[in-house]
Amino acid sequence: MGAALLVLALLAGWELYADLGGVDQFLLPAPSDVAASLWTDRGLLWANFTVTAGEVLLGIAVAVAAGVALAVAIHLSRTLRRATYPLLVASQTIPIVIVAPLLVAWLGYDLAPKLAIVGLICFFPVVVTTLDGLAGVDPDLRKLMRTLDASRLQILRHVEGPAALPALLSGAKIAVTVAVIGAVLAEQAGSSDGLGHLILQSIPQFETARSWAAVVVLAGFAIVLFGVLALAERRLVPWAHRSEGDVA
Amino acid sequence: MPAKGAMTTTAEVPVAPPPATAPAGVLIEAVDRTYRTRRGAVPALSGLSLRVEADEIVAVVGPSGCGKSTLLELVCDLQEPDAGRVEAGPAVYMPQRDLLLPWASALDNAALPLRIHGASRASARERARPAFAAFGLAGFEAARPAELSGGMRQRVAFLRTLLAGKPVLALDEPFASLDALTRADMQAWLAGALLREPRTVLFVTHDVEEAVVLADRVVVLSPRPGHVVAEVQVPLPRPRSRTDGAVVALRESAMRALEGRTI
Repeated sequence: MGAALLVLALLAGWELYADLGGVDQFLLPAPSDVAASLWTDRGLLWANFTVTAGEVLLGIAVAVAAGVALAVAIHLSRTLRRATYPLLVASQTIPIVIVAPLLVAWLGYDLAPKLAIVGLICFFPVVVTTLDGLAGVDPDLRKLMRTLDASRLQILRHVEGPAALPALLSGAKIAVTVAVIGAVLAEQAGSSDGLGHLILQSIPQFETARSWAAVVVLAGFAIVLFGVLALAERRLVPWAHRSEGDVA
Repeated sequence: MPAKGAMTTTAEVPVAPPPATAPAGVLIEAVDRTYRTRRGAVPALSGLSLRVEADEIVAVVGPSGCGKSTLLELVCDLQEPDAGRVEAGPAVYMPQRDLLLPWASALDNAALPLRIHGASRASARERARPAFAAFGLAGFEAARPAELSGGMRQRVAFLRTLLAGKPVLALDEPFASLDALTRADMQAWLAGALLREPRTVLFVTHDVEEAVVLADRVVVLSPRPGHVVAEVQVPLPRPRSRTDGAVVALRESAMRALEGRTI
């Protein structure tokens, strides 16, 4: 409700600014022009959206799979933790915008470089939050499990794994928002379709409204993904959101 | 909460399978344990000796930080002594807080030790289920821990401890997190449960009255580094009432032993 009002107010301000000639419409089209483009270019937007959406979803899947596997491995091995954590952090300082064209040249024009780029920027929040979740288990609970004769893997399976699920989902929520940016960057670095490509194409054609329409589609997609994860959280880890945990 | 009468008057038939191994006691001889921290060595236990016979209930009371938890962890083989000897039968640790798994049902929480020992989910549930009635938990099998009262959660945690099938129970202030009324209920309930399912019990508490109501013997520890300064036998019939004259007298003498060292 509050969000809808805020969006309406922002749109109204933007519309007014554009209509009163505050800026050239090729630089900043009015929201009504963007809305018109959303409708008239819907076929083009949809076709490119499906490409980008595929890259984002696959990229997130790769990132979550790799991130969880890495987090579990690091959690189980102190040596691995010491060896890989600096590298993990270093991986996040890679200037993707500059490296992306190189990855395209290396991996080709198809899906591979997009997955690599989306995966690279998405796996980090997943690793860090999952690791925190795994390590955050009460030490007394670990002691209890040991006196129940639980092996390291049984503790992981019965206690640490489920306990880390809320953190993993939080990491995934961060990941989906950056995944969309990653896919667009990857497409701009070298691609013949996708919304990133469409944005890049539309600007020199003075179709600024269309590139904004593509941005709106991307934003909408990120919001939907985020919402799906929030729903998954409520379904999968209801215990993590109950505050009355200690009283009854 | 279900009728209290139902939990204390249940037939004296064990509902949990008996321990997998024969009854076993605990023998601790001249144990030292020192923690090395950044700020230097902190001796937790020094020259502590203690013996718990098989199926005996021993309460350990002492001032805060006297190494009570260290003692339990030694018994549970979670730590090694720096010096001295610890011989204990297979022991299971019950921490102060119930630490139930919030995502699992009460039944699955209680059945966790069976799962760890290799039982399938279905068979673990079948074996844990019969105990629920005797523990005053009937009807709450599917409830999540957040839906249970503090006392019920503690009972689920205790059932989980029993189902570990170990002859020695190491209880770390099991009722400290409960309100006074629930704590009194739970003490009576635990006394009944242990009559029905005898185990070797070593439990630490800071509540002298609780120690006298529940234990066969009360062991008083000194301030850190902890060692035994007094032992009070509690040769009273059960169930015991906290207002009973003999209980009050023993509580006072244990209290005096404790205070004699805390000042």
